[in-house]
Amino acid sequence: MSQSVLKRNRETLRKLVVVALLMFGFGYALVPLYEKICEVTGINQVVKPDTVVNTQVDKSRTIVMEFDANARGDIAWELIPRERKRTVHPGELVHVVFDLKNTTDVSVQAQAIPSFGPQRAGLHVKKLECFCFTQQEIRAGESRELPVVLVVEPTIPQDVHTVTLSYTMFEVGGTQEPKTAMRPTGGNG
Amino acid sequence: MRLKAFSRLLFLATAMLMAGLASAEYQLNLKPAKTALGEAVYDLHTLVMIIITVIFIGVFGFMFYAIFKHRKSVGHQAAHFHENTTVEIVWTVIPVFILIGLAWPATKALLEMRDTSAPDMTIKVTGYQWKWGYEYLDDDVKFYSSLATPRDQIQGDAEKGEHYLLEVDKPLVVPVGKKVRILTTANDVLHAWYVPELAVKQDAIPGFIRDTWFQAEETGTFRGQCAELCGKEHGFMPIVVNVVSEDDYKIWVAEQKSAGGAAAYDPGKTYSVAELTSAGEAVYKAHCVACHQPNGSGMPPTFPALTGGMISTGPIANHLDIVLNGSKKNPMMAAFGAQLSDMEIAAVVTYERNALGNSLGDSLQPGEVAAARK
Amino acid sequence: MEAVHEHDHSHDHPTGLMRWVTTTNHKDIGTMYLWFSFAMFMVGGVMALIIRTELFQPGLQVVQPEFFNQMTTLHGLIMVFGAIMPAFVGFANWQIPMMIGAPDMAFPRMNNWSFWLLPPAGTLLVLSMFVPGGSAGVGWTMYAPLTVQQGMGMDLVIFAVHILGMSSIMGSINIVTTILNLRAPGMTMMKMPLFVWTWLITAYLLIAAMPVLAGAVTMTLTDRHFGTHFFNAAGGGDPVLFQHIFWFFGHPEVYIIAIPAFGVISQVIPAFSRKPLFGYASMVYATASIAILSFLVWAHHMYTVGMPVEAQLYYMFATMLIAVPTGVKVFNWVATMWKGSMTFETPMLFAIGFLFLFTLGGFTGLVLALTPVDVQLHDTYYVVAHFHYVMVAGALFSAFAGVYFWLPKWIGKMYDETLGKWHFWLSIIFFNLTFFVQHFLGLAGMPRRIPDYSLQFADFNMISSIGAFGFGLSQLLFLYILIKAIRSGEKAPEKPWDGADTLEWTHLPTPAPYHSFETPPTVK
Ligand SMILES: [Cu+2]
Repeated sequence: MSQSVLKRNRETLRKLVVVALLMFGFGYALVPLYEKICEVTGINQVVKPDTVVNTQVDKSRTIVMEFDANARGDIAWELIPRERKRTVHPGELVHVVFDLKNTTDVSVQAQAIPSFGPQRAGLHVKKLECFCFTQQEIRAGESRELPVVLVVEPTIPQDVHTVTLSYTMFEVGGTQEPKTAMRPTGGNG
Repeated sequence: MRLKAFSRLLFLATAMLMAGLASAEYQLNLKPAKTALGEAVYDLHTLVMIIITVIFIGVFGFMFYAIFKHRKSVGHQAAHFHENTTVEIVWTVIPVFILIGLAWPATKALLEMRDTSAPDMTIKVTGYQWKWGYEYLDDDVKFYSSLATPRDQIQGDAEKGEHYLLEVDKPLVVPVGKKVRILTTANDVLHAWYVPELAVKQDAIPGFIRDTWFQAEETGTFRGQCAELCGKEHGFMPIVVNVVSEDDYKIWVAEQKSAGGAAAYDPGKTYSVAELTSAGEAVYKAHCVACHQPNGSGMPPTFPALTGGMISTGPIANHLDIVLNGSKKNPMMAAFGAQLSDMEIAAVVTYERNALGNSLGDSLQPGEVAAARK
Repeated sequence: MEAVHEHDHSHDHPTGLMRWVTTTNHKDIGTMYLWFSFAMFMVGGVMALIIRTELFQPGLQVVQPEFFNQMTTLHGLIMVFGAIMPAFVGFANWQIPMMIGAPDMAFPRMNNWSFWLLPPAGTLLVLSMFVPGGSAGVGWTMYAPLTVQQGMGMDLVIFAVHILGMSSIMGSINIVTTILNLRAPGMTMMKMPLFVWTWLITAYLLIAAMPVLAGAVTMTLTDRHFGTHFFNAAGGGDPVLFQHIFWFFGHPEVYIIAIPAFGVISQVIPAFSRKPLFGYASMVYATASIAILSFLVWAHHMYTVGMPVEAQLYYMFATMLIAVPTGVKVFNWVATMWKGSMTFETPMLFAIGFLFLFTLGGFTGLVLALTPVDVQLHDTYYVVAHFHYVMVAGALFSAFAGVYFWLPKWIGKMYDETLGKWHFWLSIIFFNLTFFVQHFLGLAGMPRRIPDYSLQFADFNMISSIGAFGFGLSQLLFLYILIKAIRSGEKAPEKPWDGADTLEWTHLPTPAPYHSFETPPTVK
């Protein structure tokens, strides 16, 4: 092959390798991109305090807030909302309490992840104070009250009447992960 | 010409197959829906099938005409055209209009499907490996629902029942004509809650909730399955929904509250071995049988045998501990403390010690389980 | 280009096994790709038959559920990455240099490496069944967090995917460079045979999509072993993110498989219609727009994960749009046949079979594009039927058409035409017997990836299993036809197909010499 063709080939090779590397990077770039999109659309809630833009109470509308909680992993603990349901007005400051009980004999490091149903409501429910902002250490046998302060913003779409706020509590770096990691899709006999 | 004879045979076979399908009542289409939304989906599917069939017949009508008429063996000479701008524009633009015609009803149905606002009641559905957990957020009822088909039917040792693999120990019960909102989440891996006749399929994702809804228009029993691969027992976690009248629903809720299922127990009472053993059988079938097997033989070494097992015939305190908190040594043994009530744990431990070929004669009282939880 | 014939090959090739290990000849490498792909096709086929045996009747008879899950996983991975993709890379190696008048691929040494990565990767996939805990039982889509629960087999599968991806990327870079830089004088882009065009577009798709898959499985690996939480909600990740990354690769992957198949069909149909391809330019544009659209529709595989409704609407509309360029292609093929002078040798039969059944698979794709309908059919056998119409009746039939079409050029001998026709009719009958009834199963609500099912599904599953065995056995006939042709086939005429008009038929003798176009031809 002539030198000029070889040179062109190397040039094409170089460009294509760069494209391949960029696309590998793009796979990873999808991670923050996805988080950003979720944040903007309210799918997943970032675990940090929100600032409220508008606290004008809109007495003409009522929203049913439902509260739900899950504690994951193979450990004996419970997370329970003290009340299941509250009817609120947009703009109103809402205080709710979740009860966490660790019935094991070890202390547990825990992180709660909030989630909303319907997801788009998450964009309009602002958490001013939440136990999900920090990790919680719950000592063996301890019971603890976990407060949440939130505001449903008046910007919430007109067709949303019920909003569920659900927390899932995970053990941080706990026994749960290795346990599930080693459980095979075992035999059935 | 062997091929000719062969193709005639093929034609005959196809005709017979078609006739067979038509005579025996085979399910060849979506199941008739039991919700208004399901009907919209059914109609949308019918519409798209009609469009497809018409285009299919049109296009392949041309093709088969060409195959029979424009072949060399009948002396057809090839033409030489290889483009025609008008025709090419026409067959690009017409499909666009057809698609717009399809997109309209599809959009309408989709917006309806995703409108979870203003429900009459909300049920949280949690996927577990491998059962479903149901929690009625408005009525404070909570239970697990797992496969009720006996293992010997699956292994082929017994005749398969009518609802083989589509039967559960405790079905979901909902009132007819009410908008039921379903919140899904999962405990371990992805699952999907799928009931064809209610036109519902929603993934269950650990750590997050998702919502969907249905409003059944007639009473009856509707069956579905987990639709997202979730490990070995993925095919064995069915869903049964009983749609009942509103009155029946109220009665059912009241029953749940008074009985509290197997969870309730009388703290003053000492239960006999026989009582606990018989209560424990159901718990064992729902939670333990997949790994430890119906006869307690397990699948050593991963899933040890309970018959004559070290723990199931050893000190009862150790037995209770491993059921409550899981095994420290064998990660396959999960902790059931969070899933089972005191009564259920007492019952299943007693069952394992006095059935499955064991007969230790000792028993565990629900009060002792409560004490062990601290 | 005066010095192209100074090609630095040595004429003293090693013989025996070492010839194949060290070869840099595009024809040798093409041959190895094709045989490797056939071997993997057999391995994946045996797995499919294990699946269909278990599903022959309700109840667990033959295998246990976890092994069943491993079979569905490996069957999918092996067929997609081990059989179909290498088969078309094999065609690319044999045909592209001959069709554009080039002496070989642009990077012959890299060509050798990209093939020799495949056998270790295939071995890893098969080996993963024999490590403790068995292979991965997660489906070829490898959704998190089930992947975190798997044993060592999962890691082997991940490594295999890495290696396969590496091989694909290297092969694609080679193909793009060859097509861009080594065309004979006068062979302008818009004069290239459509097969070359489709491979150029496919190679770009591969270079863009495979690294994303590599990223996804790498994240899975670090989530499993190195404490990252990309897909774990407990650490701030999200399992759904995996699906987005996977399908960002996965949807283009569908077209990576389908587009070269379109290319083969676009060579075969004109040749046997004795008439030029209808709408060449619009074929090129349609292929390119399908490729671009394929990067914009990935989440239509995820209608049930609970995306915002706006996103669902977007993905539905974008997906429906793909029907337009796909329709253009089908219309063009039929218009090519129209008023031709057709004969129906085996390659043409497979091409017509492709056209008919691939279109059927395309139509069910349109059904699945409609979100509300897909919510009913997602993860059921309807989807299984749909993608087998696209992958088997589409890609595989096209590969058969290509083999029968080019075999005389490759080996200088003819295959047995009667047996070839038998192969076609058996394949198409048993294919439909296997997969057509699966539409009914899916409509009635049978989920995919289950080892056992309720009694309502029994009859169609039995029919499907019978069809699968028939289909599998028919492929042994294909092997026999190949061996017979290679050993004792009749000598092929210089130009066995009247209508074939690309360079390898018009400018090269049959069989094609080991080194071809060392002096480039001039294309008018
Ligand atoms: Cu499941």
